Amino acid sequence: MARAKSKPAIYKTDALVAEDIDSYLEQHRHKTMLRFITCGSVDDGKSTLIGRLLYDSKMIFEDQLAALEADSKRIGTQGQEIDFALLVDGLAAEREQGITIDVAYRFFSTEKRKFIVADTPGHEQYTRNMVTGASTADLAVILIDARKGVLTQTRRHSYLVHLIGIRHVVLAVNKMDLVGYSQEVFDKIVADYARFAKSIGFAAFTPLPISGFRGDNIAAAPSANTPWYQGPSLIHLLETVELDAAASQAKPFRMPVQWVNRPDLDFRGFSGLIASGSVKPGDGVVVLPSGKTSSVARIVTMDGDLPEAAAGQAVTLCLADEVDCSRGDVIAIADQPPQAADQFEATLVWMGEEEMLPGRAYWLKLGAQTVSATVQAPKYKINVNTLEHLAAKTFDLNAIGVANVSTDRPVVFEAYADSRTLGGFILIDKLTNATVAAGMLHFSLRRAQNVHWQPIDIDRARHAAMKNQKPALLWFTGLSGAGKSTIANLVEKKLARMNRHTFLLDGDNVRHGLNRDLGFTEADRVENIRRVGEVAKLMTDAGLIVIAAFISPFRSERQMVRQLMAPGEFLEVFIDTPLAEAEARDVKGLYKKARAGKLRNFTGIDSPYEPPLNPEIRIDTAKLTPQEAADQIVSRFIP
Amino acid sequence: MGHALTHLERLEAESIHIMREVVAEAERPVMLYSVGKDSAVMLRLARKAFFPSPPPFPLLHVDTTWKFQEMYALRDRMARESGMELLVYHNPEAKERGINPFDHGALHTDMWKTEGLKQALDKWGFDAAFGGARRDEEKSRAKERIFSFRTASHAWDPKNQRPELWNLYNARKNKGESIRVFPISNWTELDVWQYIQLNDVPIVPLYFAAPRPTVKRDGLLLMVDDDRFPLKAGEAPEIRSIRFRTLGCYPLTGAVESQAQTLSQVIQETLLTTTSERQGRAIDKDAGGAGMEKKKQEGYF
Repeated sequence: MARAKSKPAIYKTDALVAEDIDSYLEQHRHKTMLRFITCGSVDDGKSTLIGRLLYDSKMIFEDQLAALEADSKRIGTQGQEIDFALLVDGLAAEREQGITIDVAYRFFSTEKRKFIVADTPGHEQYTRNMVTGASTADLAVILIDARKGVLTQTRRHSYLVHLIGIRHVVLAVNKMDLVGYSQEVFDKIVADYARFAKSIGFAAFTPLPISGFRGDNIAAAPSANTPWYQGPSLIHLLETVELDAAASQAKPFRMPVQWVNRPDLDFRGFSGLIASGSVKPGDGVVVLPSGKTSSVARIVTMDGDLPEAAAGQAVTLCLADEVDCSRGDVIAIADQPPQAADQFEATLVWMGEEEMLPGRAYWLKLGAQTVSATVQAPKYKINVNTLEHLAAKTFDLNAIGVANVSTDRPVVFEAYADSRTLGGFILIDKLTNATVAAGMLHFSLRRAQNVHWQPIDIDRARHAAMKNQKPALLWFTGLSGAGKSTIANLVEKKLARMNRHTFLLDGDNVRHGLNRDLGFTEADRVENIRRVGEVAKLMTDAGLIVIAAFISPFRSERQMVRQLMAPGEFLEVFIDTPLAEAEARDVKGLYKKARAGKLRNFTGIDSPYEPPLNPEIRIDTAKLTPQEAADQIVSRFIP
Repeated sequence: MGHALTHLERLEAESIHIMREVVAEAERPVMLYSVGKDSAVMLRLARKAFFPSPPPFPLLHVDTTWKFQEMYALRDRMARESGMELLVYHNPEAKERGINPFDHGALHTDMWKTEGLKQALDKWGFDAAFGGARRDEEKSRAKERIFSFRTASHAWDPKNQRPELWNLYNARKNKGESIRVFPISNWTELDVWQYIQLNDVPIVPLYFAAPRPTVKRDGLLLMVDDDRFPLKAGEAPEIRSIRFRTLGCYPLTGAVESQAQTLSQVIQETLLTTTSERQGRAIDKDAGGAGMEKKKQEGYF
């Protein structure tokens, strides 16, 4: 590919820096900031375009340029020419593979604005990276190779950009130099794209014919090569588009409270980043979810109290009244407060290596609120290439779909379309602490407001007192055939002889009734345990000592049940029998069937068992008889 | 109605938001304070974030005993002014073995800084440490998260980073893990300088040009900061008007010849200069282009 070495466009800043630095600094000081994302694959020339923007705006120093020239010859893909892409491919592993595999952030500025570019990979397996980069962007540049036109991946990128709510889309038809700067080619691509954009629901985009390699229509337009193009240059567009921060200042005031500032007894301030709207001393506000009202007394900063503060500013508010307010609460304008709810419909982008399990408890973080949440079975998943809705039982890595989400207490929220801060959330795996999903709230499922807790006069303490005992849940976990049911049965008999009121929930028995509709997939196993946990909780509320014998192979579900119970009432009993021993016993003949492939998802064979890390009681069945085990459990539990 | 925030106002708010999240979610945060201009800005941001409270964490200086004298002076002054506790750590093994930049080269940085940092974090049990690194400094930093997790042995795994969406940071960690948090990730060198100017942030005078005793060695212009500097045969300190673009151990930090005596002049010189900021530091030169990435995997900040 013998393309002539291009001349870098020159911005005017240089002269001003040299001649009048103070004027330059004054100008720079008032610049606004635009964050944008570039979408496209390696072949679309994305890295080349970003490298070009950095190069043109003098963000590349001589030593970097020397390294770039040397690298271009050694590992570049442009022959002896400068390979701008090498400027932006960061990690060593990526440079070797010649692809970008993460999100990288780049910086440059022009006379009017400072820019932060999120550079993300384009392949389908990096959907999560693209969504991450897009989440902070005001604008997206979607690159198309003029020789190839609108491709499947163009559609995917556009859909993701639309999903994440980016309001400004630039369609950059790149490599125009390789199609002879043909207007016909450009017009056809724009028409194709317009049809598609309309079909996914976004009407406005700005098409632009460019060459990242040659610099056409990037710093200035029209390029001599495209006299037929009448629109702005890419830089001009980036410099003038409306910022999201400006748009959110026009909305009602909301500020999630991050931290309560209490240096001494005389000062109590609520610190946070204003999510939307603006606020002045004297404004009436409401603290959510409690609903307590007050008014703003002061807006405190180290640089002095402010007469007004708006979206995007980090401040500390002092209220006129002593109202309860802590981290996670939201301070909002009193006459237009957001709602609180505990059930929502949401779109999820799954980012975890492990697939989503309906019913499993995850941490949900939204603003400064962190709550426990479960995702119900997906309503559908979206094929990001064809945009079809597909039936799905779960979400795996990079899957996008819609499901209902329930939280263990109400969260203050807004629809994502109205507020990224109060409508966007992440899900965190409770065991690995990994961020496993990004979510966008659609609306609450009203049920939370309509289903109230009925106050009951005979409470759980009264129930327990009547039975003269302390309620508890003895949770037996272990492999199939470990001896759980046998030992649990002996424990119950022993407790009965001690006049204790008990109930034994057995895995097999429950599956004949309450959980008859569930199978043995991971998702069904999670739901099985969730239901049993809820039933056990009701029984302890009734004052009973509940003995539950379930394989319950996953730590997170056992943890979920533990969290349902009052502190100290959950006792995990690990019936520890090695797989070889349990398989040798094979009382029900199940291992044989599983080994023969006649039984799928069998714990220990083709489905994992995660042993407890710190069980309250561990029984080594190789050392104890079932009766000895039962005696030991009861003596640990009733001293 | 409010005004359109400038880029510096947005960056300041973002950094403050990050620091408050860490204080709300971490058990024992600390701010790594290296006395350079980035640390100076980070410290100012911390004071703003928690005002009128003092920042609710200590400052930690992992010292090598080879910093410039003026750095030690400013460090002690800033700790006093901010009302924060100052912790200074010296790796006892490096001290005992007399590790120094003249005789031990890369081992000096490794033992005093990389090992020293790990030991200090372990000693006080800090689970979150603020650092002043910026994404514009170096290519591997462009990809690092704002909340960057380290294993119990302080290693960084660039392939296994958590996605950071919107301004939601997942600060939950596994047992033994710790977090490095970079609140000024999105600042550029120019932003830092301009913030210092607009906010009158005190910085080490070495950033401004003055006549200082110097020696040219291995392509670097070094300052003879004290009498521990061993002169080679034929070397004699020469007075030159120099300043520093970046500060570290004085025997490892190259100066530039300069006449820039005011902040405006320093910024002007920075903008017109043609070499990147970290070039004055010997540390990035090992292992070719992947130098910093390799260092980070080993636990260097």
